[in-house]
Amino acid sequence: MTNALVLEKLTASCGGAILGSSEFRGDLTVTVRKEEIVAVCRFLRDDPGLAFDMLVDLLGIDMYRPDGRFEVLYNLYSLKNRAYVRIKVAVEEDDCVVPTVSGVWTAADWHERETWDMMGIRFAGHPDLRRMYMPEEYAYHPLRKDFPLLGIPDSIPLPRK
Amino acid sequence: MALAGLQEDGFVTTQLDAAINWARKNSLWPMPMGISCCAIEMMATASPRFDISRFGSEVMRFSPRQCDVMIVAGTVTYKMSRVVRKIYDQMPDPKWVISMGACASSGGMFRSYSVVQGIDQFLPVDVFVAGCPPRPENLLHALIELQKKIAEERTLGDLVSGGRREKLFIAETGEASRVAAV
Repeated sequence: MTNALVLEKLTASCGGAILGSSEFRGDLTVTVRKEEIVAVCRFLRDDPGLAFDMLVDLLGIDMYRPDGRFEVLYNLYSLKNRAYVRIKVAVEEDDCVVPTVSGVWTAADWHERETWDMMGIRFAGHPDLRRMYMPEEYAYHPLRKDFPLLGIPDSIPLPRK
Repeated sequence: MALAGLQEDGFVTTQLDAAINWARKNSLWPMPMGISCCAIEMMATASPRFDISRFGSEVMRFSPRQCDVMIVAGTVTYKMSRVVRKIYDQMPDPKWVISMGACASSGGMFRSYSVVQGIDQFLPVDVFVAGCPPRPENLLHALIELQKKIAEERTLGDLVSGGRREKLFIAETGEASRVAAV
């Protein structure tokens, strides 16, 4: 299955959701409107010709720029067709919410929790959006570019001496 | 006094402190708190080549209830700090702590929000050992220095007043320096 075929099928069914696409060394990346991410993912999974049945990874990136500060990436794999595709969504800083795809792939559950914990991007409709690594009452998101490397002093309590 | 006569009969006179400390320092059972690569060097220290049993410390116990000295060998994260402290709390008195390697002593190369920058923030450390990781010889050196320190303790006096008042730093060259703890 070629990248051109994936893009063609995607454009035919969800043309309105696609904002752009690029190819680098044989890897296809498709940028998608945030509101349509669940529909696009569902189509990619359910279309018998595409069958992207595996969510390899879901991650957030802090580009640290005024417009479109964050990006959420979905790396998908089709076990049947042995093909990869990457879906990308832009997220604004003042509206850090993306619809959850945990209803499409169960694997997204923990990946979205991790992205919330580290990047501070919320996932609307997530069944259990708790933090993954940091304490639940922790007020910061450590992988944001404006977070100091050594952390915030006294933000995590130590045991008594 | 007929002390001379007593010695001829096989008796020895000494201070009670000296006798207690002599017993304590020569059977320091370690709690192997091996949480990173330093633990590999700690295991090597216990192996025949370096042979920690020459100093009475070969009995690594994995139950804190049976230990005298906790060797914190590795990177301590904030998450792990509670566990380390709890295990320390479960050790019976008297107890000592060796902070082995750069990570445990200062956070080491992990200048990060998730790593405690020195376990002396939540544990009373007796000996700090430099190195990344320290050679087994240096851990043995730390043990010997700890033994010297225990030999000088006012065991009976401390029972009343409580607490030890000194920290030891072992450089990678093996040089030991002493700093009074607050």
